[in-house]
Amino acid sequence: MTPRPPPHQPMPGPIEWLRENLFSTPLNAVLTLLALVLIWSIVAPFVQWALIDAAFEGKSREDCLRREGACWPFVIERLGQIIYGFYDGTERWRVDIAYLLLAAGLFWLTFPRLPGKWAIGGIMLTAYPIAALIMLVGGVLGLPQVPTERWGGLLLTLVVAVTGIVASLPLGILLALGRRSELPVVRWLSIAFIELWRGVPLVTVLFMAANMLPLFLPGGVTINKLLGALIAVALFSSAYMAEVVRGGLQAIDKGQFEAASAVGLGYWRAMGLVILPQALRLSIPNIVGNFIGLLKDTTLVSIIGLFDLLGIIQAGTASAEWATPNTAYTGYVFAGVVFWVMCFGMSRYAKHMEDILKAGEQR
Amino acid sequence: MTNGCAVELIGVNKWFKTFHVLRDINLAVASRERVVICGPSGSGKSTLIRCINGLERHEQGKVIVEGQELTEEVGQVEAVRRNVGMVFQQFNLFPHLTALENCTLAPMWVRRMPKKQAEELAMSFLERVHIPEQASKYPGQLSGGQQQRVAIARALTMEPHIMLFDEPTSALDPEMIKEVLETMVELAETGMTMLVVSHEMGFARTVADRIAFMDHGEIVEDATPQEFFNNPKSERTKEFLGQILR
Amino acid sequence: MSWWRSRRTRDVLFQAALLIGVALLIAAMATNAIATMERQRIASGFAFLDNTAGFDVIQTLVPYDESSTYGRVLLVGVLNTLLVAAIGIVLATLLGFVIGIGQLSSNWLIARLCRVYVETLRNTPLLLQLFVWYFAVLRALPYPRESWNLFDAAFLNNRGLYLPRPMPETDFGLVLIGLVAGVLAAVWFSMRSLEQREKTGQAPPTLPVNLALVVLPPLLVSAGLGFPLTFSMPVLAGFNFEGGVVVLPELIALVVALATYTASYIAEIVRAGIEGVAKGQREAAQAVGLTRGQTLRLVIVPQAMRQIVPPLTSQYLNLTKNSSLAVAIAYPDLVSVFAGTSLSQTGQAIEIIAITMGVYLTISLLTSALMNWYNARIALTER
Repeated sequence: MTPRPPPHQPMPGPIEWLRENLFSTPLNAVLTLLALVLIWSIVAPFVQWALIDAAFEGKSREDCLRREGACWPFVIERLGQIIYGFYDGTERWRVDIAYLLLAAGLFWLTFPRLPGKWAIGGIMLTAYPIAALIMLVGGVLGLPQVPTERWGGLLLTLVVAVTGIVASLPLGILLALGRRSELPVVRWLSIAFIELWRGVPLVTVLFMAANMLPLFLPGGVTINKLLGALIAVALFSSAYMAEVVRGGLQAIDKGQFEAASAVGLGYWRAMGLVILPQALRLSIPNIVGNFIGLLKDTTLVSIIGLFDLLGIIQAGTASAEWATPNTAYTGYVFAGVVFWVMCFGMSRYAKHMEDILKAGEQR
Repeated sequence: MTNGCAVELIGVNKWFKTFHVLRDINLAVASRERVVICGPSGSGKSTLIRCINGLERHEQGKVIVEGQELTEEVGQVEAVRRNVGMVFQQFNLFPHLTALENCTLAPMWVRRMPKKQAEELAMSFLERVHIPEQASKYPGQLSGGQQQRVAIARALTMEPHIMLFDEPTSALDPEMIKEVLETMVELAETGMTMLVVSHEMGFARTVADRIAFMDHGEIVEDATPQEFFNNPKSERTKEFLGQILR
Repeated sequence: MSWWRSRRTRDVLFQAALLIGVALLIAAMATNAIATMERQRIASGFAFLDNTAGFDVIQTLVPYDESSTYGRVLLVGVLNTLLVAAIGIVLATLLGFVIGIGQLSSNWLIARLCRVYVETLRNTPLLLQLFVWYFAVLRALPYPRESWNLFDAAFLNNRGLYLPRPMPETDFGLVLIGLVAGVLAAVWFSMRSLEQREKTGQAPPTLPVNLALVVLPPLLVSAGLGFPLTFSMPVLAGFNFEGGVVVLPELIALVVALATYTASYIAEIVRAGIEGVAKGQREAAQAVGLTRGQTLRLVIVPQAMRQIVPPLTSQYLNLTKNSSLAVAIAYPDLVSVFAGTSLSQTGQAIEIIAITMGVYLTISLLTSALMNWYNARIALTER
């Protein structure tokens, strides 16, 4: 029997590809041309502004005024402030250590095939925040104290975001369990708590922390503005985390809880050893999504007078020292890029985890 | 109670909303006895054995396990579950743990057994069900028959006095039913008290000391296999036998 | 079994303890609050709503002046928030659907561009985008004396977009009635022609007839009454414009920022919804002879809508809540004028923030309830 000839598949050359993907119909051809015009009219001026006409060297606004493009010296000169805020210059190594530990922890958690992820996760949620707090605040172990008023820039952004996640995970898990409880009081309190924080904008919660919270404290006790913001962010994001965990719990087969009960595990042990490990794993993409949202939401603390990354850049653009027509745009572009890199990176990781989980399900 | 009664159900009734799922159930299972419960689907068989380890709560009557009546008392259901093992139709293995870890989880966390001892115990039972080489595999990597045998080992590692089986072979492909039934026969030969809800009449004929037939929430017939198959008393039993032994 | 070992008793005791704990916490907070407020001489109660506010608000949809009360400030704030939300939602939906469908385009370039749009806007903070739009809008626009001029009727400058203000005269109500009558007639006509198409397969041309029904009656009534509608035109007087109605640059920036940001989320929802409709549906539709457009309109989109509507309403809610960022650029929304200015003037933080949160909470809960009703309704029609 003669063997079947191999199927004829011409490799799509570049002309073929262009024809199929960009010019397949008259409408598509028009759209392609319009799109190209659009791209050119945005990208070209931007590259001109950001690179070609930009000022790169210099120490003052005069150096920037000489050029027509972006004022990069503004960012370069202020980089210290952008990363550390007003943290004491000599103590910045403490912030560096906190940053490094965070990066190391995140790396270990996300890099595939590294063992002990649950252990590292536990450490990042408990030991790390305490260690970082001691590092940053000081006042003990021979470290000079750095008051929180001096924290700012990327430091403040990360402090708020990490605190938000660290606080909202355990609280969110409790709320999610509470929402599914058979005890009516527990269930209704959980629902009320969750719906309250999910139904109002973060701005109002921050205002509440800044203006209302001091009134509820016994006389004489004042609340540190940063602490107030952290409480607000923790409460707010715990409600959203509760919904994420609830989704994960709902995806777990009822039989799992029955099997855990049948073998003698009580409610909390069954939850901790059998149900939650599975539910949390399923929820990872959404938990990361929450973290991305949290990172973006940290910018709102600038509204109540805290100088996060955006706040510091805003303050810089308003200062007389760097007043040029391009300062503000430069600052915003820089901030945008920093946030984009962080958020996009995390969203890629979330997508990656989602794909892994979906593949696991199909087995 | 010292009359060697492992499980006693006296006048047990249960409703699902308005549906009367268990009607006045009276059943006594002696120690070391093997009872097979069969009947058409919806007859309440699963609900009945799940009342024995508290996965379902009975609403009227008494459920007495090894002399302890199941009540609302705090901690009681957990105490009962330590001595009653259960094997589910859908296996319900913990997918994030290996076969060995599935078995050692409860002894370590409920009986506070040290890890090494728990692992030795678990391995002995995994050998008993003939799959010791699968100990470090995850449930997703095992066949249905292997998973169910791990589930049996998991229940056995708590060293229960009574084993409950809720249609253990109904979710298996035909070629795997045999290996699980063989395991169950071996278990019966060690003298374990067993209550098995199943359609496998061959197993019932070989192993059971008694067969209870349930229909519409009632135990219609409760007899030895000999009498049950050759001399059924009730019409409904005859109908049922006629259908499944075709 | 003793009563205290019963599971039910323990559950009841636990819940009672929980309630008592919560009550104690609230009581403690309340006592502290009362003491502190007395000490700082802050008033309490809602009587302040009748006090004169005394500050100016640059955009009010209802009459407002220096003698208006805080209650009126509240109303002004709520209306301004709703205005931003309404315009934002419409724009975001349009843009979101276009980009969402664009992501699925067979044109590689268009699909990629839409993807870039989504990934850029979703991964940068909204506040940052708001600042950029505000800054760009303000910077790009000229001073009032050099406004961009549109047919001498509309003027765009850095104080805002000035448009002619419609000034209805007393008989204008009749024109509106004519319009409503026309719309009702058009709806009736559409329903009848749908029935007729189902019965006979033919239908009268609905579009021209509907158009006529909606446009002609108000026009005719108008003509009969001598056109009872004039316009107050914006006119340059000194350094600024008088007359007409002004659309604030803050409003423009806020709406554009909210709409573009939310559109990126809506685009994802639309894409997921359409992709979620089983591939077999498209093939079946084409096998039965429908064109690509008809397939999309009659088969794909109706099914996709089921997946799209719930998260879509979530996004509408998010947009409404995000409008509170207005306080960062001084657009007079609810947070800005009430939880901002009014709070700093009266010091009554508890009442004011409670009311502000209450407004948003009401909007959220209403929307959730509506969503649940909608879900229940479509669930019923499934098998």
